[in-house]
Amino acid sequence: MSKNKTATDKPGKTGKWTRRAFIGAGVVAGSALVVGVAVRQGNPIDRLSPLLTNGENEQLLNAWVKVDTDNIVTAVIPHVEMGQGVYTALAQMLADEMDADWNKVRILEAPADMQYVSDSIARDFLAPDLDVPAIFEPTVTGGILELAQAMGLQFTGGSYSVRATGQRAMRTAGAAAREMLVAAAASEWQVPAGEITTADSMILHAGSGKSEPFSKFALAAAEQSLPAKPMLKSPENYTIMGQPKARHDIPEKVDGSAVFGIDAQVPGMKYAAVRATPVVGATIESMDASTAKTMPGVLQILNMGDFVAVVADGYWQAQQALNSIDTKYSKSEGDSLDQDALFARYATHLDEAGDDGGDMETETGDVGKGFADAATKVEAEYKVPFLAHATMEPMNCTAWVRDGKCDVWSGHQAPVNARQAAADAAGLPFEDVTYHNAYLGGGFGRRSESDAIIMATRIAKATGYPVKMIWSREEDTAQDHYRPSATSRFRGGLDKDGKAVSWDNIHTHLFDPKDAPTVPYYNIASHKIRKVDVPTQLRFGPWRSVDHSQHGFFIESFVDEMAHAAGKDGYAFRRELLAGSPRHLKVLDTAAKMSGWGSALPEKHGRGIAFVPSFGSIVAQVAEVDMSGAKPKVKKVYVAADPGFVINPDGFTAQMESAIAYGLTAALYGEITLKDGKVQQSNFHDYPMLRINEMPEVEVALINGDHKHLGGGGEPGLPPIAPAVTNAIFAATGKRIRELPLSKHSIA
Amino acid sequence: MIKLNVNGQSREVDVDPATPILWVVRENLEMPGTKFGCGIAQCGACTVHLDGKPIRSCSTPISAAEGKSITTIEGIASEDGTLHKVQQAWIEAQVPQCGYCQSGQIMSATALLQKNPQPTDAQIDAAMAGNVCRCGMYNRIRQAIKAAAAIEQPAAQETVA
Repeated sequence: MSKNKTATDKPGKTGKWTRRAFIGAGVVAGSALVVGVAVRQGNPIDRLSPLLTNGENEQLLNAWVKVDTDNIVTAVIPHVEMGQGVYTALAQMLADEMDADWNKVRILEAPADMQYVSDSIARDFLAPDLDVPAIFEPTVTGGILELAQAMGLQFTGGSYSVRATGQRAMRTAGAAAREMLVAAAASEWQVPAGEITTADSMILHAGSGKSEPFSKFALAAAEQSLPAKPMLKSPENYTIMGQPKARHDIPEKVDGSAVFGIDAQVPGMKYAAVRATPVVGATIESMDASTAKTMPGVLQILNMGDFVAVVADGYWQAQQALNSIDTKYSKSEGDSLDQDALFARYATHLDEAGDDGGDMETETGDVGKGFADAATKVEAEYKVPFLAHATMEPMNCTAWVRDGKCDVWSGHQAPVNARQAAADAAGLPFEDVTYHNAYLGGGFGRRSESDAIIMATRIAKATGYPVKMIWSREEDTAQDHYRPSATSRFRGGLDKDGKAVSWDNIHTHLFDPKDAPTVPYYNIASHKIRKVDVPTQLRFGPWRSVDHSQHGFFIESFVDEMAHAAGKDGYAFRRELLAGSPRHLKVLDTAAKMSGWGSALPEKHGRGIAFVPSFGSIVAQVAEVDMSGAKPKVKKVYVAADPGFVINPDGFTAQMESAIAYGLTAALYGEITLKDGKVQQSNFHDYPMLRINEMPEVEVALINGDHKHLGGGGEPGLPPIAPAVTNAIFAATGKRIRELPLSKHSIA
Repeated sequence: MIKLNVNGQSREVDVDPATPILWVVRENLEMPGTKFGCGIAQCGACTVHLDGKPIRSCSTPISAAEGKSITTIEGIASEDGTLHKVQQAWIEAQVPQCGYCQSGQIMSATALLQKNPQPTDAQIDAAMAGNVCRCGMYNRIRQAIKAAAAIEQPAAQETVA
């Protein structure tokens, strides 16, 4: 018996599709060797789509499960792994509904291949009721990402994977597969399906004592029609969901064998170092490469207009040669962009908007009257800087353009989009590009951009041989797509009892998610939230938790200021605002209780609380800060989080720890500044990272508040940390921090 | 030709002696487990052992390794494949997220335990502060080092030339 070769057999290794393997899988589906179950060509899965749509336009079943002859269940995961544990969590959801033996579950990342979503298998697999070929028309570049996002396919971000793909597709696919296996066994054994049970990848009939593995009925199951309404489990019957299963990708991440984009190996490959124009929009006017040409190993020096590339036998040789090249740049509109001027520009736009200008985002009640009548008025302005992502793995991509074909290797959050970008850069049709995705050495939103893919493909097109392009850390820092800087102004009103009655906010910039500046969960009679758009030349990109990273700080700082003005403590004040929302209150109360809120602390210590629902999850944090030293020391963070239902408690907890470290790094140090249009930071010495000696203890309490509506895990832990810390600093010192990072301030 | 001992094996490479160990290991010796992070010894992703001591291979020329032994992440498990106790503890504590910094973290941790089998928190901080983990798994790293310190395992024979 031959086994499916697309998945590696060694436990703990994650399979990767290749073009050949994918086609092979299509052929073998339905054969006696490996049987596709649940979703395969010809199956009437449109009957399933009503289960998946919730009345929205997302009729899809984006999961695929296979059972092979060794009774191995393989889950196909249409998302990329960047440390968030998505392979494991999504497989847990599928395996639980299927009653699969967790120890015999393998994982396969969905192919980063348009074939997959445009051929007949994929049409059924993805969206039977959509006119897939037209929508997926590869030349329609702009629509690709949008569609991929809408379908939950091959875009990983927005804390989306578990709550959308997992909840709507993986569970249904697993449940459907189980019912098909049961139906096949019932037919063979001539017993009612209702008497058959399943557990640990076995099919059992208690009455007759019969018991067989899934694999025995895999072929017969594949001939069953898909159940119209596969029965999903209720939480009391979960056996794998809710369990802290070990992550599948960890073993290969402790022995150096995990393959990241930067580890791509292509025979005959050369190496490129690059330097882009330091000001966005400028071009290279002239360059002197006379020294570089003579340096060992140098093969080609390319003036690509917007960047210089040196291609050499080795990366270090390429970088050394690049360092010797003197480059002159054209004047650019961005040359005048300076840090102070930028914030002054924000202020001008906000001033011009006045009381009623700007774009209205939400309005409830009469804020003007509410504020005019308020017994106490509170006003404040907050600022946050640009931030780089600083993924540990610098941007890189390997590309090979030859004979009308292009191969690209990288780690990308949206493989379909990466492939399209490479096709455009190579000047080739989409179908002539093969994209090979690898592990991402950090994503955080940075790897949803395709700039590195495009550069590498252009270099490879110019050379004709395979080239691995690696950005130096300096390029990575100075050529990011940054978390935008922003200014936000608030006016709040309190009545004579210190109750919040009006909330008036205007801020610069709005990207995503649109609800980030809003506070519908806070019971305040009148709200008015507006934005002004202020153009800058700097490139923006999503940065872990996106706009919540700014607005979490703005909103929770201002709530704290209102509490102080009301003469109330931050926890009690928020309790009042959340009155009538028991699920929210439970999260807030849990964090406060864990922290011993209200109990005595040593001198110069303070506690701060912050509460931010985002990406469908509710998170409260209490930070305990020691201000007795030269700089703030965050000693401990207490976290209460309710994502509806936690699929993998250890994985979710790890995401909370991670988000706190990422957000705390930004709060303490993160700042990208501009002078004459150039980013002034270059490496970890001037764009510092949190280190082990600065990491607070983190204690996490998880709450399963609504198992029918899942929230995300990768991002929601981030927004509360900065305001929890600055609110704690206020409690300890009386000094209110209205601008990040903390390193700008002399506080202690 | 520069003569090297890498993970107990004799190797020869024909490179500029100024080439950092990192790039020789990754490109010439085709062992990509050691990672490039910053190029200026600020992040620790490139940590390997030179005669048992942790060094930043991005900023150490290969000439400095001549006649000495280099140990990389690929060389710390036993020959029979049994993982080093630090690797085992790393899995047990579910340390890695993206995993990119972990080769360097593990090489720093194994060097620490080799020198100091029962480190205090302050000693862990001192030994590990040079290794950045952007996913922020520092508490798990600390927990795993302590767990590894409690495991009895014959020290793998790290070659010292």
